[in-house]
Amino acid sequence: MSLRNCRTVKVLDVSPVGQSKSPGELFELRLQYPDWDGWKPGQFVMIRPTGWELDLLWARPFSICSSDGESLTLFIQNMGRGTSRIGKLKSGDTVTMWGPLGNSFAVEPETPTLLLAGGIGIAPFRGYVEQHPQPENLKLFMAHRLPLDCYPYALLSKSVSSHCMIEEKPEDLDRIIDTMRDRIREYAAQDGLILSCGPTPFMRTVQRFALEFKARAQVSLENRMACGVGACLGCVTKDGEGHHVQVCTRGPVFWADKVEL
Amino acid sequence: MDMHVSFGGLDLKNPVMTASGTFGFGMEFAPYGDLTKLGGIVAKGLSLKPREGNPMPRITETPCGMLNAIGIQNPGVEYFITKALPYLPWKKVAVIANLYACDAAEFGELAGVLAGEEGVAALEVNVSCPNVKEGGIAFGQDPAQIAKVTEAVKKWAGNKHVMVKLSPNVTDIGVCARAAAEGGADSLSLINTLSGMAVDIRKRKPCIANVIAGLSGPAIKPVALRCVYQAVKAVDIPVVGIGGIASAEDALEFILVGAQAVQVGTANFLRPDFAFNLVDEIETLLGEIGATSLDDFRGSLQLPL
Ligand SMILES: Cc1cc2nc3c(=O)[nH]c(=O)nc-3n(C[C@H](O)[C@H](O)[C@H](O)COP(=O)(O)OP(=O)(O)OC[C@H]3O[C@@H](n4cnc5c(N)ncnc54)[C@H](O)[C@@H]3O)c2cc1C
Ligand SMILES: Cc1cc2nc3c(=O)[nH]c(=O)nc-3n(C[C@H](O)[C@H](O)[C@H](O)COP(=O)(O)O)c2cc1C
Ligand code: FES
Repeated sequence: MSLRNCRTVKVLDVSPVGQSKSPGELFELRLQYPDWDGWKPGQFVMIRPTGWELDLLWARPFSICSSDGESLTLFIQNMGRGTSRIGKLKSGDTVTMWGPLGNSFAVEPETPTLLLAGGIGIAPFRGYVEQHPQPENLKLFMAHRLPLDCYPYALLSKSVSSHCMIEEKPEDLDRIIDTMRDRIREYAAQDGLILSCGPTPFMRTVQRFALEFKARAQVSLENRMACGVGACLGCVTKDGEGHHVQVCTRGPVFWADKVEL
Repeated sequence: MDMHVSFGGLDLKNPVMTASGTFGFGMEFAPYGDLTKLGGIVAKGLSLKPREGNPMPRITETPCGMLNAIGIQNPGVEYFITKALPYLPWKKVAVIANLYACDAAEFGELAGVLAGEEGVAALEVNVSCPNVKEGGIAFGQDPAQIAKVTEAVKKWAGNKHVMVKLSPNVTDIGVCARAAAEGGADSLSLINTLSGMAVDIRKRKPCIANVIAGLSGPAIKPVALRCVYQAVKAVDIPVVGIGGIASAEDALEFILVGAQAVQVGTANFLRPDFAFNLVDEIETLLGEIGATSLDDFRGSLQLPL
């Protein structure tokens, strides 16, 4: 077994993304590429800045967004104590990182595949599109609250056809849910593949329609994690049989009919 | 420097063990370091039958610590014996099973199941879990029950070393330590988590579904150190120090007050190779502070006259 998984790596840069009302809300963290053999889209890393003292103990999990052999990019939303500090890292700072962790999204090159991204949930899809052998079979639907330029969307839309809807007013949500319903029904009818990532209510909506139309759909979960390696049992969710399973090792990607949300 | 530690028939190549519930069954950490480098691995708490544990959310971060209410989720002792133990390098590192049960008879039965397992070096008896409704802390707070559970485990454990893990959620840790010793414990380990709580003012909800949970991490170290100090004074059997250890310095503080060895819990989440690195760091630090051996340093705390 490889002993290469926990590494101290350099921060290359931290750059704000997009024109959101609160600056620094979303940012890209570029890290020195560790000595990995590779990674699969949907997998994640745990990172903990080496400068953190003991007031924040846990590392934070983030999906791997993309890499170019020299660097590894994470796409992060400032949510609280940890992410706001990560956003203040400077090039040359170091972070402890372990990964790549967890399973990954299904890849079926010939199958029409719909990518459903809820806001920040677009992060793993950048890597998915970049690594997919036949991106012409991919379509992206994205629901977002912030302006589109806040997300790594432009990079994706060059390779796949996409449709985006913004949620500004409460009525928008109904339209978004209707669109998701139609899309999921459409892909179920052609035995397509549906992959989704986003906030839990978004995942619940995907799951509801996937079960209704018997669609083959995967959801990526974002449970709170402490170890990331399957040891603490703090991140569990219920599988199809009602057993608690670790999201960090048995997920984060689950088939929609095999998980309780 | 000789880091070897031996007490009550338990041989550890160094004083660093990993605490139950924070290191899985051990193999989860195999990609991050050489398991045989550790003094010992204490496995996740085991019960006779599988347990699903408590509902989510079960963990939350707190200043310099965390709260957990996992509720001893585990696949049961048979799974441990047949599916986990064979993959652990137990000939080269002491593997300690951590036991959880609802009454003394069940503790005895569990000890009996593990007694014949060659790969298990010792049994750690958890009379101190705050996260389960039945049993758990109720035993840990009642000296008579501690003694009774210890006796039951000792009776069925064959020649296995029996370590009793104490709760800090008591008024007098010395009384509990003595009860375990009188029940026949070969050693004590302490502390388990402190009973704690966290709430979210925006959601107006507790952060943990179980409401009350167990606090661990650097925040509890002073309490742990005090408990270990008092236990060492109260009994003649060896004591293993646990609670908030996040550096070599922390580990040596426990040894200074008389602990034979230490267990590292929450710090395994700082980075998964933490415990492996700690072994070397302790050795280096001992040299730096001018100690000639671990044994000479142990318990050498100089009290004010
Ligand atoms: C497998 C996985 C992949 C992820 N990928 C990404 C990603 O690519 N980009 C990204 O920005 N975020 C991602 N997240 C979420 C990210 O880990 C959390 O936003 C982050 O840990 C919050 O840390 P904090 O210290 O800033 O928040 P805290 O101060 O701890 O909490 C602030 C708020 O964030 C919420 N929160 C805390 N942890 C999580 C969590 N794990 N998921 C969702 N909400 C949380 C809390 O409920 C609270 O409302 C991912 C999570 C997982 C488990
Ligand atoms: C997530 C988690 C799970 C735990 N599970 C167990 C357990 O199953 N059995 C047990 O005896 N102690 C359990 N503990 C307690 C630890 O073994 C240890 O006593 C405690 O965390 C204090 O040490 P620390 O501050 O180094 O973490 C658990 C602790 C944590 C954080
Ligand atoms: S985060 Fe510890 S088991 Fe998943």
